[in-house]
Amino acid sequence: MGMTITEKILAAHAGKEKVKPGEIISARVDIALGNDVTAPIAIEEFRKAGGKKVFDRNKVILVPDHFTPNKDILSARQCQILRDFAKEQNLPYYFEQGEAGIEHALLPELGLVLPGDLVIGADSHTCTYGALGAFATGVGSTDLAYTMITGESWFRVPETIKFVYEGKLSPWVEGKDLILFTIGDIGVEGARYKAMEFTGEVIDNLPMSSRLTMANMAIEAGAKNGIFIPDKITKAYIDERKKREYTLYNSDPDADYIEVKRYDVSALEPQVAFPPLPSNVRPISKVGYIPIDQVVIGSCTNGRIEDLRTAARILKGRKVAPYVRLIIIPATPWTYRQALEEGLIQIFLDSKAVISPPTCGPCLGGHMGILAKGERAVATTNRNFVGRMGDPESEVYLANPAVAAASAILGRIGGPHEL
Amino acid sequence: MKFRGKVWKFGANIDTDGIIPARYLNTSDPNELAKHCMEDVDPDFPEKVKPGDIIVADRNFGCGSSREHAPLAIKAAGITCVIAKSFARIFYRNAFNTGLPIFESPELVDNVAQGEELEIDGTSGEIINLTRNKRFKANPIPPFMQELIACGGLMNYAQKKLRKD
Repeated sequence: MGMTITEKILAAHAGKEKVKPGEIISARVDIALGNDVTAPIAIEEFRKAGGKKVFDRNKVILVPDHFTPNKDILSARQCQILRDFAKEQNLPYYFEQGEAGIEHALLPELGLVLPGDLVIGADSHTCTYGALGAFATGVGSTDLAYTMITGESWFRVPETIKFVYEGKLSPWVEGKDLILFTIGDIGVEGARYKAMEFTGEVIDNLPMSSRLTMANMAIEAGAKNGIFIPDKITKAYIDERKKREYTLYNSDPDADYIEVKRYDVSALEPQVAFPPLPSNVRPISKVGYIPIDQVVIGSCTNGRIEDLRTAARILKGRKVAPYVRLIIIPATPWTYRQALEEGLIQIFLDSKAVISPPTCGPCLGGHMGILAKGERAVATTNRNFVGRMGDPESEVYLANPAVAAASAILGRIGGPHEL
Repeated sequence: MKFRGKVWKFGANIDTDGIIPARYLNTSDPNELAKHCMEDVDPDFPEKVKPGDIIVADRNFGCGSSREHAPLAIKAAGITCVIAKSFARIFYRNAFNTGLPIFESPELVDNVAQGEELEIDGTSGEIINLTRNKRFKANPIPPFMQELIACGGLMNYAQKKLRKD
């Protein structure tokens, strides 16, 4: 019996010929990642356990991105802890504000995560790097401390669910809609503890930005990781930015899957996830009349240049509706600069949008656009649980950048086809 | 280890932002986190929770973020253990790593209400609803997780491993 790509990467990093779902292994880690909210605890645990030097300073990456630029005094202290540790350990991959972006947008952009890598991150959306054909999963701060000392992490090898997407995507339908539709179908526990392997003719032609979006939200179905088989699209993306060599893995034709789900997505419309769950999904035509107060276009899910281009196409020559706030957050400094060069920032400013520095900010109710009681937002982010973006009596609707931009103009949830 | 306490009953898909809203995560001080534990789900909880109380929840408890602040807040609030129908993956790991005992028992969850009294034997996994005088069994803890508990947590396991290598 063959192995899935997830099993192969885990086996290779555990020094084993073969692994089976259910097996517990100890695996070598290629990248260990933390941010301003999660790394302070990890650093403290590292010291308490007697840690002096991290296992490999080239493999520990710290990105302050959640409550930055420093949101308040306590957040400034958390960022200070990261900075001091980075200096003490001489970490080449600590990113100061001005170079830092949202971690899961920054690392792929800089070629720091490659196909075949094993990545752990003290952030649940670490699963994003599966888009590059890496095994990447979120862990807690103590797990990060353990890896900083040992260079390894322990895993239960997951079963894999294979998802096959067939057909042809309609205009304005992209990775965000594919993953929202999938989570709507299987539920927020539908892939609990499992690997989600994304395949099919639609995937074969899906640009990297959409793959990153899909892998990013694997966690919202409860998955351990989401993964794509690297192909020519992966190589084109990676080869122009890689910092070292890499290994391409694939799934064997006789690999064992616990389940195979097939979707024909030719008729798929843009999807909207209603509060309070990412699985509470409806097509845009079934949304009804829902006035809104705020739109956020950004996040590790949809804050890349491709997302900003989509938003700009819709916002060009138009204005945000009265009494509505549109907050646009380029995910990395490069994205911001590129958006400037392409004239997108001008379009956004002309439409009366607010441009934020790269930050996670409002996605988790931190800063840069919080909701008051009774307010509603459309966001290109990844979660809409109670209180996610502010007051427990506010609401968040998840959507792709095109729907978000159209909604900002309409002042209610709607799609670009309505403009 | 044995636990005995009053139940706080919650529904399905209690996410990490529900357990400790992210707006409070500019600190990792457990005492500060405890003040806001579960506050968006039940505003009365932080004020009324007593040391020794037990959380019982439906499926997918702890879904959402990987932030350890979630089990830390629960422990700091005085909760001794959590029983749920199922746990989200990262929360499950973090609970064992931070020393918050958790048990899976769908049957128990369907047979207990807010305010009732439970007794749990952490070693055998037997759970008694003292209010209703009924017995249940939690799913066995996987051997590797038992080893982590026996070592006293993941970091102690790390030191044991380093000494062996």
